[in-house]
Amino acid sequence: MPLVRVREPLKRLTGGQSEHAIDGSSVGELLRELERAHPAAKGWILDERGELRRHLHVFVNGAPCGQDAHLEADDRIDVVPAISGG
Amino acid sequence: MTELLVGTRKGLFVLNGEPGSPFAVKARAFAGDPVEYAVRDPRSGRVLASVTSPFYGPKIWYAEDPAGEWEQAEGIALPEGGDVVLERIWVLASGEADDTLYAGGDPGVLFESRDGGATFEVNQALLEHPTRPKWQPGAGGLCLHSIVPWPGEPGRLAVAISAAGVWLTDDGGATWRQGNEGLVARYVPEDVPADEIALCVHRVHRAATRPERMFLQFHGGVYRSDDAGETWADIGAGLPSDFGFALALDPADPDSAYVIPLTADIDRVTPDGRVRVYETRDAGASWEPRGDGLPHEHAYLTVLREAFDWLGEGDALELYFGATSGTVFGSGDAGASWFDVATYLPPVLSVSAAGGQLDGDRGADTGR
Repeated sequence: MPLVRVREPLKRLTGGQSEHAIDGSSVGELLRELERAHPAAKGWILDERGELRRHLHVFVNGAPCGQDAHLEADDRIDVVPAISGG
Repeated sequence: MTELLVGTRKGLFVLNGEPGSPFAVKARAFAGDPVEYAVRDPRSGRVLASVTSPFYGPKIWYAEDPAGEWEQAEGIALPEGGDVVLERIWVLASGEADDTLYAGGDPGVLFESRDGGATFEVNQALLEHPTRPKWQPGAGGLCLHSIVPWPGEPGRLAVAISAAGVWLTDDGGATWRQGNEGLVARYVPEDVPADEIALCVHRVHRAATRPERMFLQFHGGVYRSDDAGETWADIGAGLPSDFGFALALDPADPDSAYVIPLTADIDRVTPDGRVRVYETRDAGASWEPRGDGLPHEHAYLTVLREAFDWLGEGDALELYFGATSGTVFGSGDAGASWFDVATYLPPVLSVSAAGGQLDGDRGADTGR
């Protein structure tokens, strides 16, 4: 099962855990399931359109990926704030 | 004791003090995040804050004590599956009905809470207004920044959107109509069709004792309405510039208004390097500068639309405004003299004043 890693404040909003084993065949599916499993995090990662928020980045096994990226069972997904601005 | 809730680009600052001397910083919340606006509901004493994380989106939070724990309000989102996303909550305002609060945001949306700010619902009539495809955003986005209840009549409300103009409802938001007659948008060609909606209203307030009277700071122009926002008359003559954002009133005097002119839309700083508040006591027929105690040399400040507020009334009217330089100024004598409230805050986005009981459980006076 893919493993998604989050940092504060998402860690606090997802039960205080920084790692979550969540089933999903794509990044988008996994993030939707993460928010569904932890209602306090709803809207923090995905916006009303279901899109990844503008200044969040997702990495799969260290490589930047979009929501459509396919996932394998042993993939590691990181959700991190973007390095925006100066 | 006066309390100021100062929203900044780097958090909320709660200041306490008495007019005439610098205020103490009682608390800082949401460190690092932009706090667009915060207000203490005068009925419950609850503090609400709009926080726009650049990473996690806009939220509203509430607390009984701003130095304590905050809870996230529910419902601050647009309907799922649409093609628009909530960008920011610009302002919060108490409604006339018990426990009613409003929140205005980008893209030109109004939220209503009927439980004191714990949960909100978007106003569908405004969200789905048939003219919406014609609405155009201002430089700050399509922001609903002014929410103006009618004293004693919960169903009557005015809101203003940059740059979609003034909107009025008499039925609690079930239907909306425009209230823009007389506003002149000098920044578009004079032959633009009348149904083209590009009216960059910057701020609106209503006179407390004469509710049909309203004042409006426009994107070039200061206006007054004597018919509850149906029509507007330009009252900007006599000001060094009729461009600006900030607007305040004296609740005791329906002929009063205060504005803080900025040079122009292409130079949004105080004119001639002097910071001066301009006051009218004759409904805009004349304006007097009020700058005693304010910087008057090489002072090029920007004061944003939510960064000017008041408390009390009459000769004891307290006025407070903050600049993006991080300074907050105050007056305890209706603008006759000014003092530094705080000097080295982050860029100030909003200022909200409250007084009276501030222990969070017995309400507070806010001058509204």
